[in-house]
Amino acid sequence: MAEVTEAVRAARTATGERRGGPQRWLPYLLLAPSVAYLLIFFASPMIQAFGLAFTSTTGGWGLESVRAMFGDDRFWPAVWTTLILLVVLLPLQFALALAMSMVITSRLRASGFWLYVFLLPLGVSELGAGILWYSIFVEQGWLNTVLQSLGLIDRPVIWLDYREPWRVIGTIVVAEAWRSTSLIVIILVGGLRAIPRDYLEAADVFHAGPWQRMRHVVLPMMRPTIRTALIVRTVLAFEVFATVVALGGTATDVLATQANRAYTEYQDAHLASAYGLVILLVSLVAVGIILVALPTRKERGQ
Amino acid sequence: MRLSRRQVLRLGLGAAASGLLAGCALDTTGAPGSQGSEGLVFYSTQLATTEEAEAVRRQILAGFGRQVQFVSDSSASKMFDRVRADARAGSSSIGLLGALQGEFATLAKEALLRDMTDVVEQLGDRGFTRQYLDLARVDGRYAFVPWISASYIMAARREALPFLPAGADLQRLTYTQLLDWTRAIQQATGAPRFGLPAGEKGLLKRFLQGYAYPSFTGGVNTTFASADAVGMWEWVRAVWGTANPQSVTYGFMQEPLLSGEVWVAWDHAVRLVDALETRPDDVVSFPAPTGPKGLGYLPVLGGLSIPRAVADPQPSIDLIRHLTDPARVSTTLRTVAWFPPQDLATIPGGLPPGVGQEAETLQRMVGTPGAVASSLAVGLGGQSGAYDKVFTDAFRAIVLDGGDIGGTLATQAVALQGVLDTAKAACWAPDPVGEGVCRVG
Repeated sequence: MAEVTEAVRAARTATGERRGGPQRWLPYLLLAPSVAYLLIFFASPMIQAFGLAFTSTTGGWGLESVRAMFGDDRFWPAVWTTLILLVVLLPLQFALALAMSMVITSRLRASGFWLYVFLLPLGVSELGAGILWYSIFVEQGWLNTVLQSLGLIDRPVIWLDYREPWRVIGTIVVAEAWRSTSLIVIILVGGLRAIPRDYLEAADVFHAGPWQRMRHVVLPMMRPTIRTALIVRTVLAFEVFATVVALGGTATDVLATQANRAYTEYQDAHLASAYGLVILLVSLVAVGIILVALPTRKERGQ
Repeated sequence: MRLSRRQVLRLGLGAAASGLLAGCALDTTGAPGSQGSEGLVFYSTQLATTEEAEAVRRQILAGFGRQVQFVSDSSASKMFDRVRADARAGSSSIGLLGALQGEFATLAKEALLRDMTDVVEQLGDRGFTRQYLDLARVDGRYAFVPWISASYIMAARREALPFLPAGADLQRLTYTQLLDWTRAIQQATGAPRFGLPAGEKGLLKRFLQGYAYPSFTGGVNTTFASADAVGMWEWVRAVWGTANPQSVTYGFMQEPLLSGEVWVAWDHAVRLVDALETRPDDVVSFPAPTGPKGLGYLPVLGGLSIPRAVADPQPSIDLIRHLTDPARVSTTLRTVAWFPPQDLATIPGGLPPGVGQEAETLQRMVGTPGAVASSLAVGLGGQSGAYDKVFTDAFRAIVLDGGDIGGTLATQAVALQGVLDTAKAACWAPDPVGEGVCRVG
């Protein structure tokens, strides 16, 4: 026995574990590339954006760009549309994604096939999705053609009529739900597969119905996964851009389209950065709310 | 070997995915900054759509002895940034620039361009139109060589013609007749069939700056909030009531004209030509209408110039010679439908039907008594985006949101004066050209 302990000690010494040699630095070394990546590609542009947002076109420090942003007639409509899209899309996509991931992880026939079908939109770029849905909703588009051939409408409906903002937002919701639900599906499928069989079998033993199983076993077990998915989806919701441009044109604004327009069309990097900051702040607040609303077991002190 | 259903699916998806990825990889060839190890870089803010860029690479540049890398990006600010950075570095990564007159004016004011007078003189045999040569001069020297030209015109589907108001001549319409016409179409068909390119990529701002304002008020900046301007905005609001509400998504009017969503439209000639080429029997082009102060229109001139930082300009001069060669001019007209800055009669081989129709329309428009040529905003430099914003914001507030015209114009006039003050820009045509900062009226 003593020999074995001695051998282990010798091995540990050899690998430098106790002396704090190279082993001690190894984790930092391994982390270094990603830290450098984050610093160069995330932190430094973010700091530059702060600088740009609080300087004016003439170069001096000040709140000129921030004031210009708040003074823009399009600012508040853009904030509201962004929030409306988030509030409508988030529960809708979660319900859809949960149903889709249940289908994929079920032991039904062809459940693997559905994985491919559900994940297909991931391969389409945001702009591609915008153009695709534009060709569906436009006056001479596929939707009107189908509805007319079925005799449901007499003449084409102008779905993308900016005077009916809810209709336009509806088309954006459909396009976005189609495009980005699959991302949540991937995360949820991972969470579902990680639930140990024993728990589900235990639920069966106690004659739990499908709803009880979902409510008391699946959803609690998925809490960390759902939290991750919510955060990812929320952050992405603030960046929604191409589908809004394609379907809403210049009459429907969200924060990201405003930031883009400020930079590309008005050639004002300062104003664009001010919008970028607002997107960052709103995202941080939303993520904070999610973190507080859905604490993990450890955070709840259990 | 038997494949399971799952394997077949995976193979299929894999093939589709690799196709997509290959497509993405190919797409990077046009990315700005992608510089080949050798070859002359021809950077252009014009001909920036995929089809146009392909036509330049495959047809227009064909036959030039050296390797040329054509990089196109419609963002003027990116082009300015790049030329400025090159000048600071003391060596140019760009051999030849293709851009619009106003963009070159900005670069010339910053002394970033080579004096092109010797090249223009060498190309005396090209027969450039005097009007365009005048536009190419900045402070008495040539800032660029005229290359391509265009303007904005109107087009209509033939089924719209029966609704023309009595006594109206399509080739000499007034703004009032145009409104009566689009109203008549709406009443007869029950659908709004007028169209303006008010989308993200649309050029509605040029309609306001170069057509509506000069035609109704005789100026742009000096008459921005005048009583005539109020009348103009009332007209815009009225005609918008007969426009397809999808206009806020339209970039190029040729597509909605072809699909029938729009029957009467105004746009850049290049953005209408597909409709005229595809359906020459169903779509007609005609000049922009005449207003109380004449027929305001906006000639567009693109040119070629060499950054000052280029050490050896000879290859770039050779490329200019190639691009302005009559055979190449003919190819340019045919493939990308931009007109040459010289008399069309000198172009070998005749014109394709759609392009020919546009050329006739353009000549008729320019020749209309009372035609008022505006120039694109000159001397605004980095403020050109803010300048356009004043017009799009006014449009949005007055037309889309139904705001008070006088009040909106008063607010926007302050913003406009701010832009002109920051840029220290003097007035340009059709406002009385003068010294000192232009005053908004």
